[in-house]
Amino acid sequence: MIRLKNLTKIYGGTTAVDNVSMEVGAGEVCVLLGPSGCGKTTTMKMINRLIEPSGGRIFIDGKDVTEVNPVELRRSIGYVIQQIGLFPNKTVEDNICVVPDMLGHDRKASRRRAAELLEMVNLEPAAYAKRYPKELSGGQQQRVGVIRALAADPPVLLMDEPFGAIDPINREVIQDEFMKLQAAMKKTVIFVSHDIDEAVKMASRIAIFRSGRLVQYDTPDNLLAHPIDSFVADFVGQDRTLKRLRLIAVREAMTPNPPSVAADDSVETAISRMESHGHASVVMVGPHGKVLGFVRLEALRGKRGKVGEHYEKLTSVVRSDDNLRNAVSQMFSNDQSWLACVDADGLYEGYITQRGITHLLGATYRDK
Amino acid sequence: MTGARTAHPMAALASLWRLVVLGLVFLLGIWASASGTLTAMMAYREDIAFLTVQHLELVAISGAIAIVTGIPIGILLARRSLGMFGPVLAQIINLGTTIPTLAILALAMTVLGLGAPPAIFGLAVLTLLPVVLNTVSGLRSVPPALIEAARGMGMTPAQILFQVEIPNALFVMAAGIRTALAINVGTVPLAFLIGGGGLGELIFTGIDLMDTGLLLAGAIPTAMLAVIVDFVAGQLQFWLVPRGVNPLR
Repeated sequence: MIRLKNLTKIYGGTTAVDNVSMEVGAGEVCVLLGPSGCGKTTTMKMINRLIEPSGGRIFIDGKDVTEVNPVELRRSIGYVIQQIGLFPNKTVEDNICVVPDMLGHDRKASRRRAAELLEMVNLEPAAYAKRYPKELSGGQQQRVGVIRALAADPPVLLMDEPFGAIDPINREVIQDEFMKLQAAMKKTVIFVSHDIDEAVKMASRIAIFRSGRLVQYDTPDNLLAHPIDSFVADFVGQDRTLKRLRLIAVREAMTPNPPSVAADDSVETAISRMESHGHASVVMVGPHGKVLGFVRLEALRGKRGKVGEHYEKLTSVVRSDDNLRNAVSQMFSNDQSWLACVDADGLYEGYITQRGITHLLGATYRDK
Repeated sequence: MTGARTAHPMAALASLWRLVVLGLVFLLGIWASASGTLTAMMAYREDIAFLTVQHLELVAISGAIAIVTGIPIGILLARRSLGMFGPVLAQIINLGTTIPTLAILALAMTVLGLGAPPAIFGLAVLTLLPVVLNTVSGLRSVPPALIEAARGMGMTPAQILFQVEIPNALFVMAAGIRTALAINVGTVPLAFLIGGGGLGELIFTGIDLMDTGLLLAGAIPTAMLAVIVDFVAGQLQFWLVPRGVNPLR
């Protein structure tokens, strides 16, 4: 979708962007990541020709951008900046419709679209469409900034540290909202950031820049698992393996089809089931498979009767579609070495253990 | 932050100021009627009416010329493409504000002779300065992020000027026009000195004849006109500058 070929920008004697070549597939989110002054923003701004390249070429959908009139080019590319840049003199609705209005789209239709977009970022159109930017909080303003870039439905979106100035709590929320929008709209996104956590969260691919050069261009998991050099390793952080946890679903580390017992099973059944699996405990489920609690081998020794008379409450379970980071966090906070995994309906699907997780994370190193 | 509108401190100050002025005018009225000056003034009411109209004509024509020429000049000077040239020119214009009013009128007279035209020219030049300077500083204070966003979305330079820069500079520009008009109304009496007419005729004749009634017949309407024009300009600024960029609303 977007292809950069030997892209170079020289200011006077300094090379801001040095021979960068990369390709971003349609519908991908490519995060340009690096310390300030590394050329990531300059690279992005050359794509919509806010900065003219000194050398090299840029293709969008196979078309060389230098052959398109820059004004028309920019109208066909969504643009979001860190300072938001909503026009204070225009209402929220008119801000969103700036590009559709310039393109001469039907006003009513684009206002309707604006209302839909507002709804998608949880801003009630009836309350917000006619407000002025100064009447919105920073987080609300940036939501409008993002949907303004989407209003004319451009295939490509350029975002320059869009969430950098927003407080950490709101940032997470807006990132999640944007990911939802992105899942629905499948734009090709170039996203400039200096925040590795943000990059890992949003990116299909991450491009790491250092003094104008593209150092590594890889999927987030590969980047974290196999940084190409010490610069990248330092940049992604010493805790990079922990960051990988967020990228992996609980399901991937889960042992499926686990043994379980029911409340009216006898203690003997439970003991033999644990012994045959070599487990020190087993989950007790309800008639439909809902997780109710668990029994421990140690505690059942010498007891008689039904499992239902001896079970203990589970302090926590984890959804199998959640990420491992949250799962591990739960394990640590509850001092547990294993967690029961449930599906969306709370039915018992399997379990994860600390050992299983470390094994999974280590797999990428063993294969080498 | 919600849509709650808190009163601007400047607005509070302005309304306090208005009260003080009204109070002073009221006291002046009591004094005037008690001392018999009011009756003396009333003898000149036909002159007052005629000269007030003339006064306002001078204000309107010179003010209009200043606004119509000052805003484009300001826009031109604020262009970033001028580089260092813009600020330098603006500084030269700034120096212009130090030239005494009377000197400007005298200079205008030496070129254009006596009568209304040199008076209007002099007043326009005088009024031009705040209009130009505020237009420049208003446009300069538009956040660069707005212009970057506008460019990034594919606005042409003309669209950026008319949809982004001017609307967001409008409040400061309007403040310049308001200042200009206040200066203008207050300076028009001097136009009489070069044969321009206006209420200055009563004031200066009153001074020459040591006739307090005549003097006040010119001075009081001049003062009232200044207050009224400023009030009207303030109201226009309040209501015509859109809510999104109007700190008073």
